[in-house]
Amino acid sequence: MAVVDYLSPTSVADAVKCLAGSPHPAKVLAGGTDLIIQSKGKYDSPLIVVDVKKIGSMVSAELTDDALILGPSMPCAELTAREDIKSVFPGLVEAAFLIGSTQVQGRASVGGNLCNASPAGDTIPALIANAAQCVIAGPNGERTVPVESFVTGVGKNCMTQGELLVSIRIPRPAAGSSDAYLRFIPRTEMDIAVAGAGVAVTLDSTGKCTAARVAIGAVAPTALLVPEAAAALVGSTVDDASLAAAAAAATAASNPITDRRGTAEYRRHVVGVLVKRAAAIAAQRARSVK
Amino acid sequence: MTMKHVNTSVNGEAVEFLCEPHETLLDVLRNRLSLTGTKEGCGSGDCGACSVTVNGRLVCSCLVLGVEADGKEIATIEGVEDHGHLNVIQEKFLEHAALQCGICTPGFIVATRALLAENPDPTEEEARYFLAGNLCRCTGYDKIIRAVMDAAETIRGGA
Ligand code: FES
Ligand code: FES
Repeated sequence: MAVVDYLSPTSVADAVKCLAGSPHPAKVLAGGTDLIIQSKGKYDSPLIVVDVKKIGSMVSAELTDDALILGPSMPCAELTAREDIKSVFPGLVEAAFLIGSTQVQGRASVGGNLCNASPAGDTIPALIANAAQCVIAGPNGERTVPVESFVTGVGKNCMTQGELLVSIRIPRPAAGSSDAYLRFIPRTEMDIAVAGAGVAVTLDSTGKCTAARVAIGAVAPTALLVPEAAAALVGSTVDDASLAAAAAAATAASNPITDRRGTAEYRRHVVGVLVKRAAAIAAQRARSVK
Repeated sequence: MTMKHVNTSVNGEAVEFLCEPHETLLDVLRNRLSLTGTKEGCGSGDCGACSVTVNGRLVCSCLVLGVEADGKEIATIEGVEDHGHLNVIQEKFLEHAALQCGICTPGFIVATRALLAENPDPTEEEARYFLAGNLCRCTGYDKIIRAVMDAAETIRGGA
């Protein structure tokens, strides 16, 4: 892909026109931390980039009484500096904080991480745990897709040419809720997840878990929602026995590959451990937000 | 390929250039604006040698398109000096011998400036994490961190 033209529409409608009416394959440019690398040094086919960062709603975030409306292209560095968002979705913000270096954080975005659709994308399990909805605009209007159905395979998402992810809508959780995201990497910083886990829980005033969502990453072609792991937590006080059952359910749901970052067997085990720990952290946070 | 006309500001000065849509900001700085202080280590966002700030935010210029600079404020290593003298961070890098071959140094200094603008009193751990995207194959990092911590202290002391 060689970049042969650069367009910078200032409205969603114009962006959709640029994407749908392009004579060559067109790709959305958000932070460019994946796209620019993918396009470098390859001159086999022409590519048009459509920079969506001049559209205000793509790069801003609004936390209302009902939901977080996240502009998909907002740089992670801006998101992680938002204390209001962090206080409601600490797990999502910690997932965004794990992407790359300070320099990469200055450009990379949650929407870019999601659209790039790497099995190891850190924000994807955190978004799934929080029941995020993807609002997609296209030549035929808008549609909304639950985030767990957005990614369809390794590097693939559900959008067709001409469509654009215009916002990520995350419902504000009920009182007594919180979330957490953990990943395992062999280093302390700047690496790609060997396995990851995002967990969101709601606890009632007695400390009993009334709702939960568990998602795992880097252990299947796409991040997975694991209802069996959530079911193991619901009705419990998120005690050791329910955490162990959630871990076992996550291990059973995983379908990892062996590569240089870890064997399938190792990943199956580690993802269970991460679910257990992330659920314990989310529950601890939920207890303290009440 | 159509050339793009870009109006931007580099180190406080208005700058105009033409570039091709695929050229990165790093390519433009080095090849079109003759600002060769910004280095290319990897071209893929991994080493931080190409660090610059865009509207005050630290980024890898190898992962920014030149056309994206339009209407923005870019700051590079060439703008770090203080009225013809080395700035404190540069002096401390020399004093602590925080460089050997020097290819990582401009990136480290630009990144250190961004760190201290955001957090004038970082712990060593905070400094190490902030600078984790700047790689150095020579020094072993220890002298760099000593220079950064000393620069922070000196700036806080108003020296
Ligand atoms: S040259 Fe840009 S990060 Fe290495
Ligand atoms: S001094 Fe040589 S890479 Fe840092």
